[in-house]
Parts: sequence; structure tokens; C-alpha cells
Amino acid sequence: MIEARDRQLLEHIQLGLPVCSKPYAEIGRLCDMPETEVIERLTQLKQQGLIKRMGVIVKHRQLGYRANAMVVWNVPDNLIKQLGGHIGQFPFVTLCYQRPRQPEWPYNLYCMIHGKDKATVLKQLEQLVDACSLSSFDQEILFSNRCFKQRGAVYKNTAVTHG
Amino acid sequence: MLTTLHKQLLNDYQQNFPLSPRPYQDIAEALGVTEADVLSALTELNDNNFISRIGPVIPPNHIGVSALIAMAVPEQHLQTVADKISAHPEVNHNYEREHRFNLWFVVIAADAEHLDALIDAIEQETSYPAMLLPMLDDFFIDLGFKLDLNND
Repeated sequence: MIEARDRQLLEHIQLGLPVCSKPYAEIGRLCDMPETEVIERLTQLKQQGLIKRMGVIVKHRQLGYRANAMVVWNVPDNLIKQLGGHIGQFPFVTLCYQRPRQPEWPYNLYCMIHGKDKATVLKQLEQLVDACSLSSFDQEILFSNRCFKQRGAVYKNTAVTHG
Repeated sequence: MLTTLHKQLLNDYQQNFPLSPRPYQDIAEALGVTEADVLSALTELNDNNFISRIGPVIPPNHIGVSALIAMAVPEQHLQTVADKISAHPEVNHNYEREHRFNLWFVVIAADAEHLDALIDAIEQETSYPAMLLPMLDDFFIDLGFKLDLNND
């Protein structure tokens, strides 16, 4: 599990790096940490894989990628790692997860595809299904419609968030 | 309208953002512009809602406990229910999808107890059952997303 000081740092920085000349010093001020420590800790967190990537987080929709499909399959549990690993490598896939099946929801493998329009997304999905041999599994495509809320995750304690 | 600088910032800095005292200055040097140019271009991208932030992407469940939740809500109540759900600070994505399960949102809580309490509260406020879909495994190596911005 993650160190308390790293956690504190991530809580601040994941709200967004300030757009100013010395942003890590600014983050440091917020969590009472010297700038050098902020940079060192972030570098280490990246090396450890606790930061997957650090950079600009784009809003696909606003940039013309209006079609977003969540595609789900019911695949045998013993194949899921191999299939998921394969799906996760396609450039148009933006997420690929295993989640538990539920009584009203028999699917266990999820991926997200972003494209400029539905036709493009469906073509990409076809390519994916062919390349990964997914055609024999039950599948559903759920295109997104209205976006009610989108922002980065806020990792905080109950005491703080219930303010 | 997106300038060349906007496009470079959008596509080339989704990963490996400089971890140095003057990251925007480093980017400016790499792109042959000034730090002030980079700062104002990023502010514009932010103001126009093209980026949500500059920051780390943290794999799920390393800090806090998260889950995807689905609900089946009659169309005429969807906006009201969605607004109630979005009002919780623990909710970070909340989308309508074309399906019987038409409302999909992601919650992140400090721990399992907090997550349970939050789901109970949401079910009570909305009076619809929440189908809980926590992540079991993550197969995606996130290297950012190559945007084709040529037609904009």
C-alpha cells in the first residue's frame, strides 16, 4: 500500500498541476513539502507504476471524438487475461477491465472505444473482434449519450469530502 | 481554433510530462516557443474545456476504492436522478448510455466502508437499485490517446 506522504501529494496533484512557472513548488506549498521532494516522489511513483502516466488529460468529446462505446463481453474466466491483454493494446481502446458478472448482467470483460463517430467506432470494434477472436462470445455495445459529469477522481477521506 | 502549439500540447504531452522545476519552460524549449506561450496555450485549452487537467493517471484501487455502478432509470427521471448522483463529490464520471441500464457512473471512496455507505445513500436518494461493478483486473497500459486533430 502507499505511503502517507505520497498519498498526501497525490491528493493535491491529481486535482491538476497549476499552470504557472514553478508548479511543483506550488504543489509543495500546498502539502508542506519542498519542491525537490515533490519531484523525487513523483518520479518514484512513476517508476513504481503507481502513476500510470503523467501529463495532459484530454477531453475526447470536446476534441471531436463524439462517439464513445463501452463494449462488454461474457468470456470464460480462464481466457480473460489473455483476451484483455490483447484488447488493451489497440490504439483506439482507452480502457480494458475485468468486472464481476451480476444476476442481471452476464458480462465480465469491458473495453472503451473512442472515435469521431459511431460508424468509425463500429468499424474499429469489428477489427478488434476479428483480431482477438471474440465473435463467439456474447457482446453488447453501449454508446454514451449525455455526459452528466466528468472530472478526475478525487481521492480524499470521508471527513474531508463530506464538507 | 486550435493552433499548432495547442495540437502539440494535446498530443505530445499526455505522457512523460517533465518532472523538473520548470516543466513548462522545458516544454517551451523543446517546441521552440516561450514559457509564456506554453502557459497561455494551456490556459486556453483549459478555459475551452479541451483538457480536464494536467496531472497523474493513477491505476484504480491503489488509493481509495472505486467502482463502476449502473442503474436502470426511466427516461423521464434520468436527469433528476443523474443530478442527485453527480452532486456527490465521490462521483467522477456520470454518463447516459443507450441501454436498459442507462446511467453509468464511477465512484471513488476512501475505503470499502465509505463505498458501502455511499451506495446506500445513493440508493435511498434515488430509490433505484445500484448494480455494483468493481474492477477486478486492469488490462490497459495507458500511454495516452493519439488524437487526429487535422480536420478541426
